[in-house]
Amino acid sequence: MWKWLHPYAKTERTYHLCQSLLPWFSLLGLLVIVVATVWGLAFAPTDYQQSEAYRIIYVHVPSAVLSKSLYSAMAIAGFVGLVWQVKTSFMAMVALAPIGATVTFVSLITGAAWGKPMWGTWWEWDARLTSQLILLFLFLGVISLYKAFEDKQQAGKAAGVMALVGVINLPIIHYSVEWWNTLHQGATIMKFDKPSMPAEMLWPLLLAILGWALVSGAIFLIRMQNEIIRREIKRPWVVELAIKNASASKGK
Amino acid sequence: MAALMAILKRDLALAYRQRAELLQPMMFFVLVISLFPLAVGPESNTLQVIGPGVIWVAAILSSLLGLERLFRDDFQDGSLEQLMLSTTPLAMAALIKVLAHWLTSILPLILLSPLLALFLHLSEPMYWALLKTLLLGTPILSLIGAIAVGLTVGLNRGGVLLALLLLPVFIPLLIFATSAVESASMQLQYTAQLAIIGAMFLFSLALAPFAIAYALRVSQT
Amino acid sequence: MALLSVTNLSVVKRDRLLFENINFAVEKGGLLYVKGQNGAGKTSMLRVLAGLVAADSGEVCFSQQNIQTSRESYHQNLVYFGHKLGINQTMSAVENLQFWCNQHQVSISIETIFSTLLQLNLVGLEDIPVANLSAGQQRRVALARFWLKQNAQLWILDEPFTALDTQGIDLLSKQITKFLNSGGAVIMTSHQRLDLDYLTDELTLEYRI
Repeated sequence: MWKWLHPYAKTERTYHLCQSLLPWFSLLGLLVIVVATVWGLAFAPTDYQQSEAYRIIYVHVPSAVLSKSLYSAMAIAGFVGLVWQVKTSFMAMVALAPIGATVTFVSLITGAAWGKPMWGTWWEWDARLTSQLILLFLFLGVISLYKAFEDKQQAGKAAGVMALVGVINLPIIHYSVEWWNTLHQGATIMKFDKPSMPAEMLWPLLLAILGWALVSGAIFLIRMQNEIIRREIKRPWVVELAIKNASASKGK
Repeated sequence: MAALMAILKRDLALAYRQRAELLQPMMFFVLVISLFPLAVGPESNTLQVIGPGVIWVAAILSSLLGLERLFRDDFQDGSLEQLMLSTTPLAMAALIKVLAHWLTSILPLILLSPLLALFLHLSEPMYWALLKTLLLGTPILSLIGAIAVGLTVGLNRGGVLLALLLLPVFIPLLIFATSAVESASMQLQYTAQLAIIGAMFLFSLALAPFAIAYALRVSQT
Repeated sequence: MALLSVTNLSVVKRDRLLFENINFAVEKGGLLYVKGQNGAGKTSMLRVLAGLVAADSGEVCFSQQNIQTSRESYHQNLVYFGHKLGINQTMSAVENLQFWCNQHQVSISIETIFSTLLQLNLVGLEDIPVANLSAGQQRRVALARFWLKQNAQLWILDEPFTALDTQGIDLLSKQITKFLNSGGAVIMTSHQRLDLDYLTDELTLEYRI
């Protein structure tokens, strides 16, 4: 792990790696998302119970799946940063946090929108919506802790600790909320995850998840680059890069 | 060991000398709880239903108010710096400071709880369940809270941030604790909830001291 | 043999490189005087040397052992005096020093603490909360550590003369010289001119943008 990571502890390398990965992630991601969305919204069969309303899963499920993975990714980045003292790892953590928060927010909005036709209310204290809400709070906590520090290196470490506390708590939160939900709610809750989803519905869903992951990856790469530049604005290689870019755009 | 005892004695003595400041979270605790009967009406049935939740939420909020004291003075006057440069292991020193803090600012809340149970018309089995959850659960508040306090001690405006960081983390504790009291109100067993809270307590007792020590070191930069 | 040796030390603060690849060593009986403008990183340097803050790269070794890994044995031999005094305002001078001695494994009788405070001209102020003392008197209380911890081998002092009167400066200078003569090593910063009758090494830190 260390051997593989080590060269990328140097920010300049990481910057160029992001640069070369970016087109793949962004183009492929856009393509997959368009295909999945069109397929899911227009061609996938109608659900016999929920009719057309179920189609929101092509947005809701990818965002819900990604939100938790992004939190874990953020915590892993924080962990790597704390244990091996890799500065770039904290930058990755910081780059991931707002993406995760946004995706969680999207999953909440779409969850609420889905709830309207299904439950008749915009908000139901359903186990999954509730734990998504708590996840959003955890994301916001990490982001605001990071923002509170002037010294960004210190900020990275502090936010890393908090991300780890959160990630240890995540399963506990998940089970406690589920348990709380079964205690307090009766039959009003409909289970959406049918174990047998027909393949015509499932394929576009899987594609949508992949597309969301790729686009999130692309946004992450851009944010990572920005973070590196912002932090190292005074380093010689950044200055060189800026001069090179400026002359290139003049040439056009 | 003697060094750790000295920290405990010092912190207890300091708390006694600053007892006026310690009283504030307690008064807050009682005040918040007396607001509820005024807000939702004095019917004993309603109060009994919301009672455990109200007491727990108020306990979490007032413990947050008192938490900042934990390392603030020691950080600002440099005592913490000197403590880090001493031969006492920082994680142990932090654990002792958390213990002193729990004894001086959380235990009084628990001692007040019979009065509040009376205010909210809790039945006797409910009160015993509440007391057990408070005794097992509030140390978790102090331990996990201390991590966040350690991280934010260098920021002069850590108050609201502390709440933002900690409240989501305390949700599972709140759920298990209130459900234990609820089970007690229905004459049901609540050993499972207590066991889970106990497990969370032991887990945080094992890990939090090191996280607190790390957090305090980060704050020194 | 060097008591404290520093190799390739670099420290970054707030994304600003304070200094990089600093190398030096302090021998037993050596006095190192760290100079530099405001913001050049003197305090950060001393905090790294004391082991309060980890360096971004490089190594600090005390008797050939990295201070981050052998923290305890290093701190047994160190007295650090920083910008913050490490004195609790609601406790008295004696209580503060007793607690400090307790944490730093200095076994000393209360009489010694009283006589040290006497030497430092703090008679009659031993038992009242430190908050009632003047800034200079509070500093003297903190400086008493240099009289109490006898077995230290290294002193790190960050601006020790600030807020002291001439008599206080004199007392401390004498104590530093005495410590150096007995084989101790001292690293310090000061904006005042050093008036020590002792051979001084200098390390100048440049202000970098």
